[in-house]
Amino acid sequence: MTIRVQEADFDVGAELAALRADDARIGAVATFVGVVRDVNEGAGVSEMTLEHYPGMTEKALEAIVAEAKARWNIFDALVIHRVGRLLPTDQIVFVAVTGAHRGEAFAACEFVMDYLKTRAPFWKREVTPAGARWVDARETDDSAAERWRR
Amino acid sequence: MLKILYFASLRETLGQGAESVELPAGVTDVGALLAFLVARGGVWETLAAVKNLRFAVNQEMARRDTPVQGGDEVAFFPPVTGG
Repeated sequence: MTIRVQEADFDVGAELAALRADDARIGAVATFVGVVRDVNEGAGVSEMTLEHYPGMTEKALEAIVAEAKARWNIFDALVIHRVGRLLPTDQIVFVAVTGAHRGEAFAACEFVMDYLKTRAPFWKREVTPAGARWVDARETDDSAAERWRR
Repeated sequence: MLKILYFASLRETLGQGAESVELPAGVTDVGALLAFLVARGGVWETLAAVKNLRFAVNQEMARRDTPVQGGDEVAFFPPVTGG
């Protein structure tokens, strides 16, 4: 498992090549890329800043990936999350999961994102024409995470 | 000593991101620590009104009844919005 929290952008192609590393067991790679939009809650967004809780962030992401590996038959997972100042169209987050078959890889990838959205200590502050504001958590994110409970 | 951290909108409202305090007498859990902080008055009273306030003790998600003892790192923050 690889967890990275960084200001720098990431290269999806290079990350996938490294994750696969010519492992011939892999039959499926499921990925998700989160991107900064130029609109949120009805207002234009010109930039955002991502704050996090150093130390806890990495622990929380490791715990989420460990749970995914316990629940599904997957080989490996990679999570990269950016922090700092980001602009519309910038990449924010990358999750990649490898497995033998697509079903488990898709499910594990979606689970990691849903838990990340509700359990990893990141906070977005966005700049709109009316000024800067902290982004409110969405109930839909809670319900998305809730469906994985058991 | 307790290390207390505040993040995001809380950090801005309270005007600080971290402080160290002696474990107050009678404080044994997160809820009691929160009550102690709010009782300092002024801007600290806003902590009592924060909707969906979240907590962590030693970098693990916590609840109001999570135990707190000297040497712990306790964090207060709003619901997370990453991803």
